[in-house]
Amino acid sequence: MSRIVVLDYGSGNLRSAERALQRVGADVTVTADRDAALEADGLVVPGVGAYAACMAGLESVDGARIIERRLAGGRPVLGICVGMQILFDLGVEWGERTKGCGQWPGTVEKLKADVLPHMGWNTVRVPTGSTLFAGLDADARFYFVHSFGVRHWTLEESEVLRPPLVTWAHHGEDFVAAVENGALAATQFHPEKSGDAGATVLKNWLRDVVG
Amino acid sequence: MGVAVRVIPCLDVDAGRVVKGVNFTDLRDAGDPVEMARVYDAEGADELTFLDVTASSSGRDTMLDVVRRTADQVFIPLTVGGGIRTTDDIDALLRAGADKTGINTAAIARPELLAEASRRFGSQCIVLSVDARKVPDGGKPTPSGWEVTTHGGRRGTGIDAVEWAARGQELGAGEILLNSMDADGTQAGFDLEMITAVRAVVDIPVIASGGAGKVEHFPPAVKAGADAVLAASVFHFGLIRIGEVKTSLRDAGLEVR
Repeated sequence: MSRIVVLDYGSGNLRSAERALQRVGADVTVTADRDAALEADGLVVPGVGAYAACMAGLESVDGARIIERRLAGGRPVLGICVGMQILFDLGVEWGERTKGCGQWPGTVEKLKADVLPHMGWNTVRVPTGSTLFAGLDADARFYFVHSFGVRHWTLEESEVLRPPLVTWAHHGEDFVAAVENGALAATQFHPEKSGDAGATVLKNWLRDVVG
Repeated sequence: MGVAVRVIPCLDVDAGRVVKGVNFTDLRDAGDPVEMARVYDAEGADELTFLDVTASSSGRDTMLDVVRRTADQVFIPLTVGGGIRTTDDIDALLRAGADKTGINTAAIARPELLAEASRRFGSQCIVLSVDARKVPDGGKPTPSGWEVTTHGGRRGTGIDAVEWAARGQELGAGEILLNSMDADGTQAGFDLEMITAVRAVVDIPVIASGGAGKVEHFPPAVKAGADAVLAASVFHFGLIRIGEVKTSLRDAGLEVR
């Protein structure tokens, strides 16, 4: 059974993530303990609320270093919602610029849409070869709740490196809904609140990424 | 394709038990909110709302236990409202497994609570619940003609309901639960005029509540500007099933899950 740590670096609903992972067969611990987070088979980085507050919370548990060190060893990390956003270079919220973990190039900024937050169940456009979305129908819906997102993917495609697989969604405009990049994966939506479709994504991550 | 209209059943919970009568014959315990949450999830509810109507403060821990047990079994978003006074109340609910919290009377008494709560937890989990009605004859007029009420609609506050919704957004609420006290319980349809008026002044999601009596009532509420529709008794009594609401919305050209 895969040992998963859900990184606890502040308030918010972590119970749902814990339970949803248990539901698909993981042995889950919710903790901020550095060694546990480094040693787990898979690390889940959740996140809700403001970008700056999440980065501050993450720093308080040395989260960016933990992510860095895990990835250096090819050990899987899954970011969820703001936990995905902080993996990018920069967050810009209400004029405040906050440096992210910089695992992926790109800026998290306010979406251009009539109604924000983007709150509810939306469809996604999955690229060929996706592992996370394997076995799901094209019209599967996932639960999103966010006002900010990555509106442009700026990573240059390389002939030597396998490029990340980017899944898109649309609310007012296109934004990044998920990224699959070797050991590092992330979703803008909440798989733990996305019913059976979300459970499938978590199951796929456990089986094919964490292994 | 875009975000789907959310269909949200609401459960009134008193000391850990569902208040309003239910009509589901295949349930072991229709008074158990957790059991009811599972039924609604299976029927395709997009979100769940628990309204804690417990009068005594000692019932608070019971509600936390209900939230915990629900979050253990149901993997769709859960909003909990009723009796929230402080940011610590919100913290306790989020930690128990709630995704959003509905704030009503406490924000009327002290609007800064919305700002404090959204700063601490993020706007996405702060729902401003507005119980509104037409200002009754003899009442203090408001610019929009609607006023905010408290005590389940029994007391007027003289606060303009449309302005209050806009102020709520400014203070940091991430969503408005707009409950028409005039339409509530009538089963004669949502208050479309009020939904339109509130939609015009906010750009956060609006949940329409109050007045649902038949499936045909739901699409007009969305066309008036609601992003989500909420009902309680018509679902509890089995008069309308969640799936029927979705069919009605889909037939009206709206996106549903």
